Amino acid sequence: MTDGLKHAYDLTFDCVQCGYCLPACPTYETMESETHSPRGRINLVKMVAEGKASVEDMEEPIEKCLGCMACTSVCPTNVQYGSILENAKEVLDESKQTGAVESFLFDDFIPSRRWMDRLGVATWLFQKSGADRIADRLPWKMPLHLEAFAGILPEMPSPAKRNERATRYMRKRPAVKKVGFFTGCIMDSVFFGSNESTIELLLRSGAEVVLPENQTCCGALHAHSGKKEKAIELAKQNIAAYEEEQFDYIVENAGGCGAQMIDYPSLFEEGTEWHERAVAFSSRVKDISEVLVEMDGLAFSKEVDQTVTYQPSCHMTYVQKVVEPPLELLRKVPGLQLEELERPGFCCGSAGVYNLVQHEDSMDVLDVKMEDVCRTGADQVVTSNPGCLLQMKLGIKREGMESEAVHLVDLLMEADPESRY
Amino acid sequence: MNKWLKPLEDCLEKGRVLTEVADLYSYSFDASFGEHLPEAVVQVKDKYEVARILKLANEYGVPVYPRGAGTCLSGGPLPVHGGIVLDLSKLPARIEVRPDDLTVTVSPSVRTGDINKEAEKYGLMYAPDPSSAHVATIGGNLAENSGGPRGLKYGVTKDHVLGLEVVTPEGELIRTGGQTIKNVTGYDLTKLIVGSEGTLAVIVEATLKLMPKPPAVRTMMVAFNEVRTAGEAISRTLTSGVLPSKLEFMDQACVVAVEQFQPIGLPVDAAAIILVELDGPEEALRVEQEKIEAIMKDMKAKDIIIPESDEEAAKLWHARKQVSPAIAKIKPTKVSEDATVPRSKIPDFMDRLQVIKEKYNLEVVAFGHAGDGNLHPNILCDQRDADEMKRAELAVEEMFEAAIELGGTLSGEHGIGTMKAPFMEMELGDVGVDMMRRIKQVWDPNNILNPGKIFAEKGQKLVLRND
Repeated sequence: MTDGLKHAYDLTFDCVQCGYCLPACPTYETMESETHSPRGRINLVKMVAEGKASVEDMEEPIEKCLGCMACTSVCPTNVQYGSILENAKEVLDESKQTGAVESFLFDDFIPSRRWMDRLGVATWLFQKSGADRIADRLPWKMPLHLEAFAGILPEMPSPAKRNERATRYMRKRPAVKKVGFFTGCIMDSVFFGSNESTIELLLRSGAEVVLPENQTCCGALHAHSGKKEKAIELAKQNIAAYEEEQFDYIVENAGGCGAQMIDYPSLFEEGTEWHERAVAFSSRVKDISEVLVEMDGLAFSKEVDQTVTYQPSCHMTYVQKVVEPPLELLRKVPGLQLEELERPGFCCGSAGVYNLVQHEDSMDVLDVKMEDVCRTGADQVVTSNPGCLLQMKLGIKREGMESEAVHLVDLLMEADPESRY
Repeated sequence: MNKWLKPLEDCLEKGRVLTEVADLYSYSFDASFGEHLPEAVVQVKDKYEVARILKLANEYGVPVYPRGAGTCLSGGPLPVHGGIVLDLSKLPARIEVRPDDLTVTVSPSVRTGDINKEAEKYGLMYAPDPSSAHVATIGGNLAENSGGPRGLKYGVTKDHVLGLEVVTPEGELIRTGGQTIKNVTGYDLTKLIVGSEGTLAVIVEATLKLMPKPPAVRTMMVAFNEVRTAGEAISRTLTSGVLPSKLEFMDQACVVAVEQFQPIGLPVDAAAIILVELDGPEEALRVEQEKIEAIMKDMKAKDIIIPESDEEAAKLWHARKQVSPAIAKIKPTKVSEDATVPRSKIPDFMDRLQVIKEKYNLEVVAFGHAGDGNLHPNILCDQRDADEMKRAELAVEEMFEAAIELGGTLSGEHGIGTMKAPFMEMELGDVGVDMMRRIKQVWDPNNILNPGKIFAEKGQKLVLRND
């Protein structure tokens, strides 16, 4: 028995190997083998735990899993695939020498507000200098296929603009709700403008918006890469940061972060103080779309004469289980034509850092998605998570389409929402 | 290294022969019991590759196991003697509906549910509806002669096959049957191959029969205080001149499990519940429904529930679908059987199950397609408890004995495979099994195709434990 896999091993017995997960799994479809299916992976974890296969044998199949969790929505026996996958990743992480780049990325870079701001500023410089337009023609290769993303990043705010942002936004009239806004690291560095839209939409909906200063990365990328300890550390920091004030909601605009934060209680042992605090935190975490629907404080005043399609975040769909609110908001925008995807639940291939570390496989998944997107004839592809947003931008560029990818909140701002309060 | 591996790789596209440990383990199981490592997995892209592989296999004496989506509940695709797993699920998908002929020609890799979806575009339907139809391939359904709830009214897979193209065990391509409803030319090899569980041929194309899609459906749920009354009500319904499209049964243990799993308000105090679906023209359904309602009242049914909307009806069928996951919460390992008895014998079979359950001290629940006598007794146990698994093995054997004594059969729709092979003689007698063996020997002289299935080896016993 491989000791580290004890937790996952017990969970594998819930799998009856019926195969109902196969049609839901993007990598089963693109990589065309049981080895890259949920049931195949679960079986491999079991075989490794029993000592029949080695940790190396499961490395490739586990690392090629997108972690989109589509399989969990069709599983008739509710196998805890997410837990099995994370446990397997922990074992893989322990067995590997972590490279300097990777440990810098996970330990210092992503969780750090300072580094994330620097990323935003660096991108701004990169764009101002014009280097982004020639990145894919540079004679040298950038690490992690970053050249592919260089030309698709949104226009960055200047450092001065970044510094201008407040940490508390009050309304002139009394607030209906008090919201703690979770800015997220990628959202805040790369999609700063979308965060501004989010704050604005909340204000117009009748909320007071606070950005707690001690908030940090949600830890999703760490948890999904088997770095549980770091994930716990980040969770604790966030829980404490949002205890400083009494919030009605803790609002995020990134499906991946939301999914991680509603799952904080699972990081702590039941009955402990931290578990209790995590439950209190998670029960208030909501996606921006949910809160906008619930508060119902916006009246869209401008027609948006466009056809759009909506690419939901997998973690928002399968973990947070938020499906209808974004569609409901889109249907309220006057003039907007919504053409839904045939398979919205099929991952776009972004999947955290998957499109960086498993680039080719990610592009195969993206190709399937783009076929569906093209069929809708949409002018804009609306998403609700920064990873998906970047990936859709990349997909549009690869297909040579005229369309654009936007975050839901930015599209809603286009319709000039007026406050009903 | 196997001496056949190099020539095998030579006759296929690169990357289509899988031999990594991870791959071998991933094709070592299906949805039944047992774990058997193949030596290679090949993923074919056309029928000529299938023919080449079988020729090669005969030359080197390597066993070949055809496989679809691996949803089999009887061990059909398990590579029990090593050798080559032949993955047919990656053949290009092809569904050609011929609405004027009411037929459809398909490649074996197509999912069964997709055939029906395609047929519906023309107002037609492909009737067989195994509950795995959205996952399983038609190739697997043909090999196993799969059933499903609608089998009651429309029959099972074999009743819908007009013709096949197959590769023989020695690697020759042949066609059987054709495209017509009537066809008596020669022996009916089509029917011989359908349900032969991959032991006689590899199916590479099939022409299937379509029928008009019924314009409307109606559902009703009836609860009973006694299992026996439920059984009698089923018999009365079936002899009343009305033939429902589905007639499903759930015992109390299943109802309780569903309510604990996902409460939807089923009567947990009922001894048994039956779910009836009628299909046909709206006008006819009204009359039929009244008739069945009258029968149920006469049989002193505890409750008769007629859903007022399609959504409510869907909720009841959803409850039926929840039985499998719900009972898995009782204990993790599910030994799902499909012994089938003449319809009038369902109450007797239920009594026998009760006795077996008590004798071996096991959790046994029963649900299934009561309208055609095809019940699914399920033993809920834990694979990690060797003693319990041993008791489960003995209980399964007694279930088979009971079914056969009542004039029934070992398997209604899951197939014999590895698990039921030891019991074949019990039902067919030694001469009966020997006649089948002789057919196998003539078709497959080198015993290449799917060895270890249907026919038991000397001293073979049912084993539910993985060592």
